[in-house]
Amino acid sequence: MNTNLVDWAAVKADFPVLQRTINDQRLVYLDSANTSQKPHAVIDAMAEFMRNGYSPINRSAYRLAAEATDLFEATRAKIQKFINAPHVEEIIFTKNATEALNLIAQTWGRENLHTGDIVVLTHMEHHANIVPWQMLAAERNLEIRWIPLTIDGQLDLTNLSSLLSGAKVLSFTAMSNVLGTLTPVAQLCQAAHAAGALAIVDACQYVPHNVTDVQAWGADFAWFSSHKMIGPSGVGVLWGRRELLHAMPPFLGGGNMIGDVRLDGFTCADLPSKFEAGTPAIIEVIGLGAAVDYLSKIGMANVRQHEMNLTDYALRTLDDRYGTDICIHGPRDIAVRGAVLSFAFRGIHPHDLSQVLDQKNVCIRAGHHCAKPLMKLLGANATARASFYLYNDESDADALADALDSASDIFGL
Amino acid sequence: MPGLEDLYREIILDHYRTPRNRGELETPPAHMAEGHNPLCGDEITIYAQVENGVLTDIKVSGQGCSISQSSASMMSQAVKGKSLAEVQALVHRFKVMMSIAEDPEDGPLVEVKLGDLEALQGVVKFPVRIKCAVLSWNTLLQALQEADI
Repeated sequence: MNTNLVDWAAVKADFPVLQRTINDQRLVYLDSANTSQKPHAVIDAMAEFMRNGYSPINRSAYRLAAEATDLFEATRAKIQKFINAPHVEEIIFTKNATEALNLIAQTWGRENLHTGDIVVLTHMEHHANIVPWQMLAAERNLEIRWIPLTIDGQLDLTNLSSLLSGAKVLSFTAMSNVLGTLTPVAQLCQAAHAAGALAIVDACQYVPHNVTDVQAWGADFAWFSSHKMIGPSGVGVLWGRRELLHAMPPFLGGGNMIGDVRLDGFTCADLPSKFEAGTPAIIEVIGLGAAVDYLSKIGMANVRQHEMNLTDYALRTLDDRYGTDICIHGPRDIAVRGAVLSFAFRGIHPHDLSQVLDQKNVCIRAGHHCAKPLMKLLGANATARASFYLYNDESDADALADALDSASDIFGL
Repeated sequence: MPGLEDLYREIILDHYRTPRNRGELETPPAHMAEGHNPLCGDEITIYAQVENGVLTDIKVSGQGCSISQSSASMMSQAVKGKSLAEVQALVHRFKVMMSIAEDPEDGPLVEVKLGDLEALQGVVKFPVRIKCAVLSWNTLLQALQEADI
């Protein structure tokens, strides 16, 4: 489907919160890299399940439970297709994306990483892809190496092979939540494998906005969250190659993850239950299924094209209007960036900027974006960040540009 | 919805643009503490020099938003030269104004004058920013605790 054939105004109308007005002004939501809004389809699917279908899954014989289990498992199959995973049992539902990476570090990591082993990360990682490794490094005495950045906020791969030499893991983001930078995922996976390392992809910012193909990437693990892809909060997704997941010890112990329990021990259930201890977020997983249906119907290539157009428009609008008064971080080439714009504006602190913009109902994020090491490199404690999604349009970029003017007024600039 | 004029009073912007008592003090003899606001990444360092129970000098360094910076600047003016008991009372009075502390049981500390600091009253209407306003005050308390006095 050509992006011109998508009725983007109708898409926007599908998100009820965007119809809300505060002080007679419409809501301009530019914080989707943080979390995304929800369409009627997701809200209704969850409400309908609670109204007419709610029941436990996996463990009761009655009709209601069988229906609920089918709905729940349907989401797993939808996710498999959405990211082109080879096998449906490779899709593991976690509490959130952060738990997914912790699961990898605590199970695969503890089983396979020992004193002196090397983990390679990059300077643009989210804390969720830093701290779990640091925790393991402290426990196991591991070495962490960092892939640096180029001046325009891309990965500097000049010394990649020496950084990867002897490494056991390369764990990196497919798209920076601060800079918007898209990284060369397939190339990095290949380089990791050539060095004998696993390739683990933080796909939190990527999956909601792009066509994802974990097989084309050649990755070993990928992880992302439901709430950033118009699904509900409370669910993360871990995908891993079946052989790896089979060989890993379990993560949390309890119901659902067992094959058998005796007084002298237990055996694990098969995949994916092995990693899904306890009652999962049943309602939310069903909501995620509706989100995947919604995105699939529009087509992720169309979503990406829409966001590229919008990024291009926003960059040009802000440049034309404010020139050197606005400093937008990250690459200028929209082919290698997503719709995330971190910026500094006329020396006004991001927290003040977001406060002033809030008066115009323009919602942006101000802060370190859970990426403090990257902030240090940018020479800032914080940036302002506007991020766009499928329900945004050019009028939202215009509203951002207009609202920045009022910030200048207040701070007398 | 409260207006921005409640938040960005002229005196606040003045302290933001021209912060007082910026700099560092040698440690020791001065005591030092660092404060972080995890919400917005603000970082503030307070240097406090205490002699015979009096806060004789104070310096502030770090980066932050207009509210955290102006609050630190006004605080530094208000506490400099005060006895530690007076500083404690002022901190308490300020926190009461920020709605994060209760008045003492025997009534409010009316004798503690806030002066310019009253301008920060409007922050209460913007709950997210209370942490910004209080950051330097908590950091000062921390510095005085490090001093074990």
